[in-house]
Amino acid sequence: MDNKKELVVPAIPNGTVIDHIPTAVVYRVISILGLDRYEDEVLIGNYLTSKKYGRKGIVKVKNKYFTAEQLSAIALLAPTATVIAIKDYEVVSKAAVQVPDHVDDLIRCVNPMCITNHEKIPTRFDVVDKDNLKLRCHYCEKYTEKDAIHFVEHKN
Amino acid sequence: MSNLKGRNLISITDFSRDEYIQVLDIAEEFEKNPKQPILSDKVVATLFFEPSTRTRLSFESAASQLGARVIGFSDPGGTSVQKGESLHDTITMVSSYSDLIVMRNPKEGSSRYASEVASVPVINAGDGANQHPTQCMLDLYSIRKTQGTLDNLNIAMVGDLKYGRTVHSLTQAMCNFNTTFHLVSPEELKLPSSVKISIKDAGLKYYQYTDLKDVIGTADIIYMTRVQRERFPDPLEYERVKDSCILTASMLEGCKPNMRILHPLPRVNEITVDVDSTPYAYYFQQAQNGVYVRQALMAAILGVR
Ligand SMILES: [Zn+2]
Repeated sequence: MDNKKELVVPAIPNGTVIDHIPTAVVYRVISILGLDRYEDEVLIGNYLTSKKYGRKGIVKVKNKYFTAEQLSAIALLAPTATVIAIKDYEVVSKAAVQVPDHVDDLIRCVNPMCITNHEKIPTRFDVVDKDNLKLRCHYCEKYTEKDAIHFVEHKN
Repeated sequence: MSNLKGRNLISITDFSRDEYIQVLDIAEEFEKNPKQPILSDKVVATLFFEPSTRTRLSFESAASQLGARVIGFSDPGGTSVQKGESLHDTITMVSSYSDLIVMRNPKEGSSRYASEVASVPVINAGDGANQHPTQCMLDLYSIRKTQGTLDNLNIAMVGDLKYGRTVHSLTQAMCNFNTTFHLVSPEELKLPSSVKISIKDAGLKYYQYTDLKDVIGTADIIYMTRVQRERFPDPLEYERVKDSCILTASMLEGCKPNMRILHPLPRVNEITVDVDSTPYAYYFQQAQNGVYVRQALMAAILGVR
């Protein structure tokens, strides 16, 4: 089964595979990770057939491994994604992304009156509901929910 | 007894139930003897990034009666703030001039941020629609003073329960005291579900009404707030409901003898003037209690109580 997939999106010798991305957010994942400006091979597959999810997206990035902060960003966008690190064509780690307890300096507060939208202050959120992605602003105490998540500009 | 020295008060949840009671006990001492020069070596900064004469005078009176010197501004016009100085820089500078900062700012979360920047404690005197914890504390003080206890009371919240910041904070605080809540508002201005969930999570009961008359006989405290015309997209709707949350003296027949009426002030027409001379009116004393509560907070945070 895996061999057939590799034919669709070729294998990479070293780097990261992000699998099981919901089709609607594949290009946002690419943008949020800065891969639209990445100067090495990036292989993108979308609307591939997945046994588990029907249709899915996959992104393979040659010679790149992601930080914990970047993995948090993937978790907020694509909670179903799996991140696989590859070295010499071997899988060295494979894990489902985890929605973190706290999200710092990554997304904007939905409240237009929030101080973080008026001064140059890194945002801080506590994740109060990981399943439905509900975050509470550390400053204005308002909730930012799944559909209102916008990433701060310098992360784009 | 916890040590409140050096603490910030930004949100109603920053202090525990016992810490509130501790502050109320200290406030009682200041009510008996409000003029004590215990802060004569201290400087209190009051930074009002939007005008609020009532709150500012209450804080400044509280500080002055304890002998503190007060510096600051009553609105940002003409200050470096208006010239575009960041909140970070203003707070850093004021920290070096003062022992305690009292701040009001229309931006929500600004006080939390200021407390992270400041090298001295910060008391939130209102950050937009978010929090105004000293108003909540003076409400608690007034309830305890008039009822002799905070426990097991029937509290009626009346008016704009949707946007009323004081209602949300007081509800959260009273969830610590086995309160039964009676919520009176037009359909459009009901208490938000997030606050109702806090009541349920505390294992307490609430009842909802659209007519104030229905709670007069049950309530120990009637907490009145203003219903603003601007909250209604349809002016006819406002006309239809505006009288359902107005309290008049003739409605008070049959109320409990211990019942008292509170209001965060200023009132417009939601309590008619004939109520003022009844024994149930407490809103003017309530405002006066704000001075004692603010004295207690400043004294505790500055480590002299
Ligand atoms: Zn916020």
